[in-house]
Amino acid sequence: MLFKMPWQRLLPLIGPALLLALWQLMISANWVKPVLLPPPGETLVHLWSTFASGAILPDLWSTVFRTLCSFGLAVLIGVPLGILLGSNVNAYRSVEFAIDFFRSTPSSALIPLFMLIFGITDINKIAIASFGAMLIVLFNSAYGVMNAKKTRVMAAQIMGVSRWHVFKDVLLMESLAQTFVGLRSAVSMALVIVIVAEMFIGSETGLGHRIIDAQQVFNVKDMYTSILVTGALGYLLNLGFLLIEKKLIHWSGKA
Amino acid sequence: MSTLPTSATTWPTPGDTVVSLPPAPATHVTVRGLSKGFGGVPLYTRFNLDLPRGRIVSIFGPNGCGKSTLMNMIAGLIEPDEGEILFDGKSLRETTIGYVFQNYRDALFPWLSSWDNIAYPLRRQGMKPDAVKARVDELARLFEIRFDLQRYPYDLSGGQMQTVCIMRALAPRPEVLFMDEPFSALDFEMTLFIRAKLQEAHLATGVTMVIVSHDLEDAVFLADQILLLTRRPTRIAEIVPFDLPRPRTPEAVADPEFVRVKSRTLEVFRREMST
Repeated sequence: MLFKMPWQRLLPLIGPALLLALWQLMISANWVKPVLLPPPGETLVHLWSTFASGAILPDLWSTVFRTLCSFGLAVLIGVPLGILLGSNVNAYRSVEFAIDFFRSTPSSALIPLFMLIFGITDINKIAIASFGAMLIVLFNSAYGVMNAKKTRVMAAQIMGVSRWHVFKDVLLMESLAQTFVGLRSAVSMALVIVIVAEMFIGSETGLGHRIIDAQQVFNVKDMYTSILVTGALGYLLNLGFLLIEKKLIHWSGKA
Repeated sequence: MSTLPTSATTWPTPGDTVVSLPPAPATHVTVRGLSKGFGGVPLYTRFNLDLPRGRIVSIFGPNGCGKSTLMNMIAGLIEPDEGEILFDGKSLRETTIGYVFQNYRDALFPWLSSWDNIAYPLRRQGMKPDAVKARVDELARLFEIRFDLQRYPYDLSGGQMQTVCIMRALAPRPEVLFMDEPFSALDFEMTLFIRAKLQEAHLATGVTMVIVSHDLEDAVFLADQILLLTRRPTRIAEIVPFDLPRPRTPEAVADPEFVRVKSRTLEVFRREMST
């Protein structure tokens, strides 16, 4: 629809409002013990105060830092490797099983293996998160190249353009839309693994560490606050990539 | 019982060459001894063809006779099993050609503006920016472009996109322009427009054109010659000449000569269908 009624802009707010109402209802109707679930109002006030006091910031920062480091590594390795494999179908077919196998294996299952290799360090968390994210980036970049429109490649070949320019001007550009789909999923995956790693690989900082710590001492208000912040972080990362994608890959979904 | 060759790449007797069968006068593209099979079933066997210089030839024939395959082999998009194809005695590598695809949406580069799409082959040839601009402007005048060429292809209508495709194909001044069903995805109004513009471009440049069409009227309308193919294994059924002077207006479809050529073409086509 081209023209939106003013009330239609408010539609996306209904979901969260319903959720908060349900949350409050569960407490008001005594369905859940308040010791397990704090009221939404109090939780939101606590959320505000943790930000106002800055108490959550070091943890938030560590998680963001680890996620972006993992993601950056994943892109640095995954995009060039994916494009290389994608432009040589035989090469891709020969490693396809390995990629699909590890892509289907929950990365958290590999945490013990990575602990053996990297020990209980920050490097370990970044290594495992970037491994999981890298597979997604690689897979999508490769498919972006492999699924390039044949007609476009032929159009360039007919013009007598060199193989290198067919690759650079057509295949690479064609793969970008799919690559960005991969980047978006990969940043979400990196965050998931970082949070899990912060929970279960001895950690002093991070939102995952904060959640598990709060749970251990039954500080449910702080636990829910950290969960909400983690969710918001994931949402914002995804939204950020969506906006960049719309700007850079303006033809995505249109051609 | 005759036996078909077991492999598509080996044929019992050698085909013609330009030496054994020289091209007719005023030939631009010479096809000699062309053979192509798919999955062991021969489609073309020692096929010979002369395409006249500066003329428009339409390829027409029954479904599956390999109209597009023939054109794509000449344009270098499909590798023939055997045979030679020469452009004025030169190989394809030494020849500038243009190609207009049926699916214009998939043929244009959506990350480039329409203008940059047209300029792309020129830039890749190493043409100076001034010269590129002059050439694109020249084409924009020839095609009387009234929409903004700075827009991206996906923002254009189908007819506008196909116009950009044709401009891009013509930009490097090709010797031969190949068109694969260029009208099949266009509405009637755009078909009339593109027909008119192609005639003007042909008049202005004298480019040799090859059009594959599955629509009889489209096949006849622009053509100097209608190349009619048989069912597979494909041979030339007949070459029907059509000499109505150009420019041919939309009313030309009611011209007695057009009607005669069209019905002659249809006659051959039906004869080939029934064999």
